[in-house]
Order: sequence, then structure tokens, then C-alpha cells
Amino acid sequence: MTAFLSYTVIGLFTGAAYAIAASGLVLTYSTTRVFNIAHGAVGMVFAFVYWDLSQRQGLPVWLSLVLVLLVMAPLTGVFIQRVLTPGLGTAPVGVSLVVTVAILVGMIGIATQIWPENSAARSIPQFFQGDLIHLGGVIVTPQQVITIVISAIVAGGLYVLLARTRVGTAMRASVDNAELLSLYGGRANVVAALAWAIGTSLAALAGILLAPIIGLQYYDLTLLVISAYAAAMLGKLTSLPMTYVGAMGLGLAQSYVVGYLQDIPGHDKLGGLPACVPALFLFAILVLLPQAPLRIGQVKGIISAPVPTIKRSLVFGVLLVVGVIVMASGMADSTLTNVGTAIAYSILMLSLVLLTGYGGFVSLASFAFAGVGAVVYCKVDQPNLLGLILAIVITAIVGAIVAIPVLRLTGLYLALATLAFGQLMDQLFFTSQWAFQFDNPLTAHRPSIFGFSFGREGRYVDLMAVMLVLVALVVIAIRRGRLGRMLIAMRDSQAACGTLGLDQRWFRVGLFAGSAGIAGLSGALLAGLRVTISSSTFIYFNSLILLMIAAVWGVTSITGAVIGGAFMMYLPVAQSNYPTYAGLMFVVVAVGAVILGRNPNGLTYWMFRVPGWIQDSLYPVLADRYPGLALKARAFEVSGEEDEALVPVDAADAGHNSGEVTSDVVASR
Amino acid sequence: MSVPILEVIDLHAAYGRIEVLRGVDLRVPKGAVVALLGPNGAGKSTLLKVISGQMEQTSGDIHLGGVHVTGAKPDDLARLGLTTIPEGRSVFPNLTIEENLLLMSYAGVPAERVFETAYSYFPRLHERRFQLAGTLSGGEQQMLAMARALTSDPALLLLDELSMGLAPLIVDELYETVARIAQSGVSILVVEQFARTALRVSDYAAVMTGGRVVATGEPDEIGSIMADVILGGAA
Repeated sequence: MTAFLSYTVIGLFTGAAYAIAASGLVLTYSTTRVFNIAHGAVGMVFAFVYWDLSQRQGLPVWLSLVLVLLVMAPLTGVFIQRVLTPGLGTAPVGVSLVVTVAILVGMIGIATQIWPENSAARSIPQFFQGDLIHLGGVIVTPQQVITIVISAIVAGGLYVLLARTRVGTAMRASVDNAELLSLYGGRANVVAALAWAIGTSLAALAGILLAPIIGLQYYDLTLLVISAYAAAMLGKLTSLPMTYVGAMGLGLAQSYVVGYLQDIPGHDKLGGLPACVPALFLFAILVLLPQAPLRIGQVKGIISAPVPTIKRSLVFGVLLVVGVIVMASGMADSTLTNVGTAIAYSILMLSLVLLTGYGGFVSLASFAFAGVGAVVYCKVDQPNLLGLILAIVITAIVGAIVAIPVLRLTGLYLALATLAFGQLMDQLFFTSQWAFQFDNPLTAHRPSIFGFSFGREGRYVDLMAVMLVLVALVVIAIRRGRLGRMLIAMRDSQAACGTLGLDQRWFRVGLFAGSAGIAGLSGALLAGLRVTISSSTFIYFNSLILLMIAAVWGVTSITGAVIGGAFMMYLPVAQSNYPTYAGLMFVVVAVGAVILGRNPNGLTYWMFRVPGWIQDSLYPVLADRYPGLALKARAFEVSGEEDEALVPVDAADAGHNSGEVTSDVVASR
Repeated sequence: MSVPILEVIDLHAAYGRIEVLRGVDLRVPKGAVVALLGPNGAGKSTLLKVISGQMEQTSGDIHLGGVHVTGAKPDDLARLGLTTIPEGRSVFPNLTIEENLLLMSYAGVPAERVFETAYSYFPRLHERRFQLAGTLSGGEQQMLAMARALTSDPALLLLDELSMGLAPLIVDELYETVARIAQSGVSILVVEQFARTALRVSDYAAVMTGGRVVATGEPDEIGSIMADVILGGAA
């Protein structure tokens, strides 16, 4: 009984901290409809700031708290709202996810840059450490009491703010229609900034309260966000009382699992379970709760990247393979490994092109699927084509199994479900004895195909290049065919597809399976390249980085995927070469994603525009200056050839032209 | 002649590269009701968006009560006495009626007086004051939207397509309210596709097509040439 009571106390404490974080999340979401995945990361950074002020610089605790909670955190919140996320509330979900994931990555970058990992462990002492309270056999720390009391105050305060004051009413109104609010005379911007200031401050508060217990670490505190989501989801991201209930329930559940796990037979195999409770909870809530109906008319100026013809892509593919073969013949093995890694990541990016670029579903678990592929390849131990095919098929089946329960989910909820899945794989499956156990590396053998051995590093990289080209061709073929049209139609309007009688369910499962299969191939190839491979390659954080880089280089084209894959390989290399700037590089990538994330075509989009720009702007100038040169400027009517160059499906363009015509007609009257 | 409450001079505005307004000239005299008519896509709603500050013009000038207001924010204009009721149901569906009314006090009238005026005009709103606005019928929602015009004591009222999606009987009721507001001396610019209803309550009328005002005059005059203007006979 005493044990039960003390587990309950611990559970209530954790739940209270979750509740504080979750209510901040609800506040920002219900005011600006920006779902801040970086909520936990913000709390993490401010826990570090608090440590820095109170421990390293020795400021009094109260002063540090005031500085962090009432000055820095609110200002950061306003900065995020004003500078990083304006207009995101009405943007497609993919865009707002990319931007907030970028903030998360940037926050981790800032933390690792300013407070690099070192041997001297940092710790925040509990409040009033040592003054224990004895309550009928149960020992309660002041920290626990303080947290529970504060969470009650926060809940009450937010309720009064949102339900009883005019500015709170305006907060709830602005989520429906911020433009209308300003027609009413309300300051929509001020209201949103206020909500973000409070929300960020609450994230910081939760981080500071939890840090003494779970430790001052980059990733653990960042994952606080999953718990906060799980709680907030119970309240459908809007109801504060339900959020509170969810947070408390989650805290208690986690505490009981930790406490009673050893009584269950076979508990030694479930060592990762306690850490997974929030993710499981989130997954369950997402799958079980009724979902919001489809949102209609979400298409907003998505300009498709050009899709090359099969002939043209074949030429490029052959060129790429030849290039790799020529390069690989004269390279040192370490360089070859890098090239191979870049190719594997490019293939992984292609899985994102299919799922996110064409399908419009954001997945935060790419590396989890790659990990499954690697594990399958190592465990099957068939170093030939069969092994690779098995890796693809089994990963595809896993992808389908994940897709089936989340069939009803769209956008944000789906992305969250994949994040939860990624974390589950990370902590439950990869650490289990069926996979890597505790970071035990697995051994993979390089395959031989049709009696041809790819054992040597250079040969193997050649094989990978061929695989990359094959996958790219398959992706292009899908995009150009009937399936591709269905994909784009589904991305643009699910409701419209429904009215056309398109059965999207199995199509979606197939899409997930296909994308997972590609990711599985990438993982298997990576395992073969590295020969020994450990679970640290497949941590969920890498999936977030991958999404960032996909956003920077563009997720709608093969070119973007290949360049992005190379970049993904280079980032850790650069970080180990220049360890002093390791954190800063994350920040740079994140800033790039924030800037470029609004256009899913990324940097590649601008690259594709260069030839058109040369033809449109440079040629006429040159032709003027040197009349002898035979340069033809791009003609206005779009020929078949031009169709492939990036002629954006630009409504503005067409409208403008027709507009000119009408005004001419009017003038001629 | 006194300074008009609203004067629009050679106004141009565009969505991206699509030019929608191509030199609009329009005057609303103080205390008058002006009906702005025209077919779909003529730029009527865009004109209201630019006047209310939701959209920026590419060139041209807007004077409100003789003051040049280019670049003013919609919330500032709302606090200065410009009330805009945009197209569609301009209420917050997830707030109760009372909360909707509470927000109307941002325009400068104390909340108590907003409640009092709104409930005395529309007793039905008082009965349902704790009901979510989204659960009201279309006509009741538009009533709630009109309550803002009544309570915020505007200098100029912009009304966009009051009739949208409503039964003719309810539209007539709404325009009776408009007439009542007009009698209290408020200047009104009404945008409407259904010309006859709007012409009945207006003092002047203007017709827009293709991003320009192509005809202005007395309601009778405009009523008789409407068909020609819209179908392209005159211009």
C-alpha cells in the first residue's frame, strides 16, 4: 500500500509537470493553430539557461526564475510567433510541421553549441532539497508539492484567462478567423504574441521543474513534448480540463509501469517500456479518439516541380552511375564509405519524395523504417538479392501495419503518430534482443548478385549507385503514371477524391508500404556498406534532420533528394571535422528550413529556374548586344519541351495574361 | 458640399499578378447609403477589403472623412469607427453569442452597452446568449453579425453580400435593419449582387464591372440600366 501511494505521488508529480507543458501547447495551438513540435525543446533550452544562471553564474534562484520565466521565455515566444511562424496557422500542415521541427532542431543546436556535452555532469538541485515531508509513511519532496500546486495554479489561471476575460476570448476567436478579429478591432497579432509568450514560459517552467528529476539532457527533455502532446490530444488540443486529466493519467500510468514492471514475468525484455509509455499513450489516443472532419480547400499555391521523362531520367541515371564508377575506382575507402552513405541517404530521401513530396503525408519516422530494413538484412543473413528483397518486403509490411491503424489520421495527427512510432521503434524494438539490444552492433555481409560479388568497397558503392538510379526510375515512373495522378489529386484534396469515388484507404496503405520499402532498402544497403551497424544510426532525431534537409533541398524532386542525401551524409562529417561549430550547423540547417520550408520544392526549385531565367532574361540582352549570336528567347506558347522545364502551374500567370486581354478589349471600345 | 465620408480615387489593387481593381473612383457622401452593384468577379469585395485595410492597394488613394488612410491596419480603422461586415457569416462559430458580443466592444463601445443594444434589437439573441454562434441558423448568425453594425456606432459601415445563402424573407428583414441603421445617420456602403433589394434602401448606386466603376447615379436610373451594364451594353 505504501509503495502504491509513493508511486501515486511520483505519478502526480510527473503528471503535473506534463500538465504545465501541455497547457502551454494547447494555448499556442488554440490561438494560432501552429502546432509547436519544438515545445519540449524550448523547455529544454530554458532549463539549460536556468542552470547557467543559477548554478554556473550563481545568481539567486528567485532572480534566475524571474529572468527565465518572465523575461527570456516570453520574449523568445514572441520572437517565434513574429519572426519564425507568421502565417503558418493557415499554411498546409506539412509546412507548419517542417518549420516547427526546424525550431526543434535549432533549439538542440543552440543547446549543444552553448553548453557542449562534457564530462562534468550538469544538474539542477531540487527546490528546498533535503526538507522531506512525511505523509503517513510516504515521503514527499517539496519539489513534488511545488510542482503539483503550480500546475493547479496554471490550470486555474489559464481557465480564467480564456473563459472570463476579453483578451482570452479574443485568443479563442483568433484561431477561427484572425482577420475577422481585426475587423472587430481586436489586435490579432498582439493576442497571438501574448499566447506564445505565455505558452513558451510554461514550456520553460515545465522544463525547469522536470530537469532535476530526469536530468539536464538535450534529448530527454525534448521528448517531453510527446508526453505533452499525448495529454493535449485527449483534450483534442483545445480543452484545458481534458488536457489536465490526460496529463495526470499519463503521469500515473508511467509511474505505475515503472513501479510494477518488475513483478511481470519477462520484464527484463521490456526494459525500454517505461520510456515508451508517453508514445504508446499518444499512439492509442490518436488511433482511438474521433478525428476532426476533413478540411476542404487546403491547396495553397503548391507549384509542382518538373517531372522528367523516362528517357531523360535514364540518361541522367546512366551518367550518375558512370560518374560514381569512375570516381569510386580511385578513391580511398573512407571517402568511399562517405559516398556510399550519401547514396543510402539519397534512397531514404526518395522514400520521402514518394510519401511527402507526392503524397503530402509528413512522416517523422523515416529512419525507423530504415532501421527495420537494416535489422532484417542482418538477421536474415542472405548476402544476395534475396536478402535485399526480403528487407524491402518486410519493411514494406511493417509500413503497411503502421499505416492501417492510422488510416483515418491526416496531416498533423498522422505526423504525430509517426513520431510516436519512431520513438517506439527507437526505445522498444531496436533495444530489444531481436534487434540491436543495447547498442550491440549487428554484422552484415555484402551481397553477391548473379554470381558477381560486391565484397569490395568500390564495387559495393557502384551497386548502391545502380540501386539509387533504379529506385529513382521507379519513383519517376509512378509519378508519371496513373498512380502519380492519383497521388497528386489526393494530396491536393482528399475530399474531392472522395467525391470522385477514389478509395483512398488501401491506396494510402500501399503508399506507406512503398515508401517504407524504399526506406528498408536504404537501411539494408547502409548495413552492407558499414558491415557493422548499430542502433545509434537510426535514432528518431535523425528522421527530423532528414525532414529538415528535405525541406531545404526540396522534397518534390529526385534532384532534391540526391543533393539532400549527400548533404545528410556531409552534416555529421562536417560536425566531427569542426566540433566547435557542431551545434551551430544544426542551427544553420534549421534556419534554412524555416526560410525554405514554405515552398516544398526547396532550393532545387530555384536551381530549376536558372535555365529559364537565362533564356528569359539573359538571352534577349545578349541578343541585343551581339546581334550575330543566334540565341532564341523562350517563346510564349508552351511547347512540349517546355513542359518539362519548370513552367510553374501558375494561376497568376494565366490570370495576368487574360487580364491584359480584357483591358485591351475595354480600351478598344 | 461637405467632405464625403469615403472617397476612393483611382484605386488599383492586385492579387499577385492578377490585377483586380483598375482605377476605381467612388464617393460615399456623409449620411448616405450607397449600393455597389455588379456581377461576379467585378472586384466589389476586393474594393471593400482594400478600404477596410485587409489588403493593400498597389496605387491610388482612400480618404475616410477627409483623412488619407493608405496603409492603415484593419484593427486601427475598426477602432476609429469603420465597421466592416465581410462576406459570409462574419461571426466566430466556436464562441457563444455573448462572447461574440463581448469582442464587439473592441471597437470602442463598452461591453455593457453592446449587450444592451444588441439584446434590445434582437431579443432572440438574448434567449440564446450562451449558445455557440456556430449552432445558430444562417439568418440568426447574420443577425448577430448585424448586431455589430448596430452596437459599434460606426461613422461608416461597409456591408458585403448580406444576402449570401439566405432565404429572401430573411434578406428583406436584414435590409429593414439596414434601413433603420441608415435612419440613425450612419453612412453605409452596401455591396450586393441582388440589385433590387439593395437599391430599395439606397440613396445612390454605383455599378462595377472588370475592376472599374462604370456607372453611378440615382437608384432608379441605375436599376433601369443594370441589365445593360452587366451584360456589356454600356461602358
